[in-house]
Amino acid sequence: MKTLKIEELSKNFGSTEVLKKINLEIDEGNFLVLLGPSGCGKSTLLNIIAGLETINEGNVYIDDYNVSKVEPKDRNIAMVFQSYALYPSMNVRENMIFGLKQAKVSKEKIEEQLEKVSKFLQVDALLERKPSQLSGGQRQRVAIGRALVREPRIFLFDEPLSNLDAKLRVEMRREIKKLHQQLKTTVVYVTHDQTEAMSLGTKIAIMNHGVIQQNESPENIYNKPSNTFVADFIGSPSMNLIKGNLKQSSDRILFTAEGANFDIPINSYDFDDTSQLNNKEVYFGIRPEHIYFKKSNEDDFEVNLKADLSEYIGHEQIITFNLANQELLAKFSSTIKIELSKETKLYFDLTQVSMFDANSQERI
Amino acid sequence: MFKWLEKNLPKIVMAPAVGLIGWFVYGFVLWTLYISFTNSKILPKYELWGVGQYVKLWASRKWLISVDNLLVFTALFLIFCIVIGIILAIFLDQKIRAEGVLRTIYLYPMALSFIVTGTAWKWILNPTLGLQKMFIDWGFENFTFDWLVNREMAIYTIVIAGVWQSAGFVMALFLAGLRSVEDEIVKAAKIDGAGLFTVYWKILLPMMRPVFFTSFVILVHISIKSYDLIVALTQGGPGISTTMPALFMTQAAFHKSQVGLSAASAMMMFMAVAAVIIPYLYSELRRENAR
Amino acid sequence: MQDNLQTSSYKQLEQKSKYTNMFLRWFLYFVLILFASYFIFPLYVMVVTSLKTMEEIRQGTLLTWPSSLNFDSWLVAWGGRGYGAGDTFLRPYFWNSIKMVVPAVFFSTFIGAMTGYVLTKWRFKGDQWVFLFLLFGCFIPFQAILLPMARTLGVLGISNSVIGLVLVHTVYGIPFTTLFFRNYYVSVPTELVKAARIDGAGFFKIFFKILLPISAPIIVVTVIWQFTQIWNDFLFGSTFSFGEAAPIQVALNNMVLSSTSVKEYNVDMASAIIAGIPTLIVYVLAGKYFIRGLTSGAVKG
Repeated sequence: MKTLKIEELSKNFGSTEVLKKINLEIDEGNFLVLLGPSGCGKSTLLNIIAGLETINEGNVYIDDYNVSKVEPKDRNIAMVFQSYALYPSMNVRENMIFGLKQAKVSKEKIEEQLEKVSKFLQVDALLERKPSQLSGGQRQRVAIGRALVREPRIFLFDEPLSNLDAKLRVEMRREIKKLHQQLKTTVVYVTHDQTEAMSLGTKIAIMNHGVIQQNESPENIYNKPSNTFVADFIGSPSMNLIKGNLKQSSDRILFTAEGANFDIPINSYDFDDTSQLNNKEVYFGIRPEHIYFKKSNEDDFEVNLKADLSEYIGHEQIITFNLANQELLAKFSSTIKIELSKETKLYFDLTQVSMFDANSQERI
Repeated sequence: MFKWLEKNLPKIVMAPAVGLIGWFVYGFVLWTLYISFTNSKILPKYELWGVGQYVKLWASRKWLISVDNLLVFTALFLIFCIVIGIILAIFLDQKIRAEGVLRTIYLYPMALSFIVTGTAWKWILNPTLGLQKMFIDWGFENFTFDWLVNREMAIYTIVIAGVWQSAGFVMALFLAGLRSVEDEIVKAAKIDGAGLFTVYWKILLPMMRPVFFTSFVILVHISIKSYDLIVALTQGGPGISTTMPALFMTQAAFHKSQVGLSAASAMMMFMAVAAVIIPYLYSELRRENAR
Repeated sequence: MQDNLQTSSYKQLEQKSKYTNMFLRWFLYFVLILFASYFIFPLYVMVVTSLKTMEEIRQGTLLTWPSSLNFDSWLVAWGGRGYGAGDTFLRPYFWNSIKMVVPAVFFSTFIGAMTGYVLTKWRFKGDQWVFLFLLFGCFIPFQAILLPMARTLGVLGISNSVIGLVLVHTVYGIPFTTLFFRNYYVSVPTELVKAARIDGAGFFKIFFKILLPISAPIIVVTVIWQFTQIWNDFLFGSTFSFGEAAPIQVALNNMVLSSTSVKEYNVDMASAIIAGIPTLIVYVLAGKYFIRGLTSGAVKG
């Protein structure tokens, strides 16, 4: 039994296709993050799961029941919104118990739930206040509390942290993580912030143009991006994608960057399919953090490149190198001294690279 | 000299507006206030006479009837305008197909003058050929509708016409208010299981408090000043049964040569409006500064 | 909470919400159309009546459609019957109103624009109080200024004239026009003015070259608002101008009230339509701006 299953789901607003044949499954207790740039359809998908948007094609199942046409209140879900959406005319207590009252839960049970949740979220001292008298973090807590008291099967979060300032955001992120560890309720969480996604999700579904690009664990998303979009979207600065060609002979596979006078041996790379690799146009993907200043293991590839630009960001520095007129970014500790306009010896960690087909943009 | 001019240019440009309003609004109100303390008859006199005009005013049967009418009219006018306005606004907020057309229809009376409105309603409510005849011709033989010429009921005809003219306006205010509420609030309420009725009654309408306040102030203001509609519909009649303060004031001033008395009645109206407006302006300003 | 919902109960929920929704929709449209008829009814009656003969009016009801389109009453209302004494008709008063409205709208809008500009872009100490001072003018009941205004117009020698009414309407329009322009200019970024000042533009240049060109929407709102208010005014018109210089609303009222001959309801209705049609046309053509004026400056009765 899947807690949530989405089957061949399509949605369009007028002639714009927002979601194209989405398939998605979530197991009990997972924390799924829907991640993507704005306009990718992630919020629409969340609204559809909640029942706030209608479906053009396909179905949504919660606990194997088809809920595609069921009202939001009967889906056994709870949602936390970006603007918190607390009812301004009600105080915190009324806000939190509103849903239970609508569901005609007994007074004793309501009180019990309220006490439990408000203690748990440390808002029990705020119960008589109006939302306008709360700070951003407090509002966020109350909004989560309002969702918690309903004890739903699935929590839905719609960019809940994006209205908070940077410091508070990190704090609340940790709290949500703790919350999930303690409650183990299934969560679907929408965000455009990759750090949030990485730190919170047990699964991340990366979306673009209404299509799920990759739906895997954060580690796999980071280490084995399934296409250039994911590779580019995750990581900061994002993965270097060096255009070039493959040369395959019986015993080895070489990558030559466009215009470069050296080859990179990539025998150790685990290709899906090793046939027909010769002369293939590809992108060689390597993350800035996997380019080293000192050799770390035997197989590291050594190359001399000229540094063009240096950006100091405190504990780290980002250096832009010139690789046969393609930009290559590398990230080093700030203690390392690198002189601009001079050749510097660098080491590529070949265990960490990704290769993509230049035509299909897919991982190969 | 030139420097000074340049520096004070903004203030010089402000001067006409401030001067005109200072003279024609504040100066004139003070003048009226002063005259209300004199025994002016056909022409203003300037010796002070004390509060005699106010004593006379509140002893006048016609004034008391005016005030009475004003209270009745204001109460009904407010209730009907706000109730109808809210109902229409909420209903129009449900993704209605012909919303634009309906909104135009509800609001067009606001574009007409009270004289035009009054003329039309006078004809419709006219007991011989108007609504009454229509219903009799439809077979309701004993139908009578003579409110316009009935001392007891004539005031309600003014309510009917007034509500017709202003309800659409309240609708527009509430619709704008409802549309400014964040989507997510309604979504949250839906997930909480609130039905349409509960969403409006428990969540959205309580959020409309400022709109209620604004509508209240504007409607009270309209009703205190109502003059044209009465002139066009009943001329204060039958007898003096539909007189209102504004009508009382102009009649005293320009037909009955009771300048002092009319000044006193004008000041009473002024104070009534001020009692509503000053708290309103105060709260509005505070809201703006709080932002 | 409701952990053990069965598929069948989900089906029931689906069905139930479908039926309630359908019923609600019908009810919604029913009520909306009912009110629409209440609002449209007087306009319909006016138009229909104005096209009937008196004979038809006596025989039919308010709703009866006229047997033929008869514009005689319109001609009578507009141009009279052609005989001398007691023949009142609207044409001259219509032009009075035009002559009153155009300059009054122009002056009040211009003064309001300048004042709003200074209040927002050349702020000085106490400007909030000046604004409040002006704003209060929106709310005073005009009865409190009628007597001194009548005296003043007399002293100036412009009582019972179109010029007098232009003055009155200009002055009492200023608080509204100022309110409109101030609220509009508040939302224009002050950086724009700062940039222009650094570029060397002066007070008037900034106003005419930078603010005025982006003020089209608020000018439309203000002009429509002022036009409607002044065209529809009756209090000032009837108090300060009763004879030949009367504006159209006063003339309409006099015509309808004149009890000299038999009541001609068709002519009355035609007159009312003529008096109402300019503002009605503006409303239909520029309803959006009209409503914006109403909701932002909505205070005058």
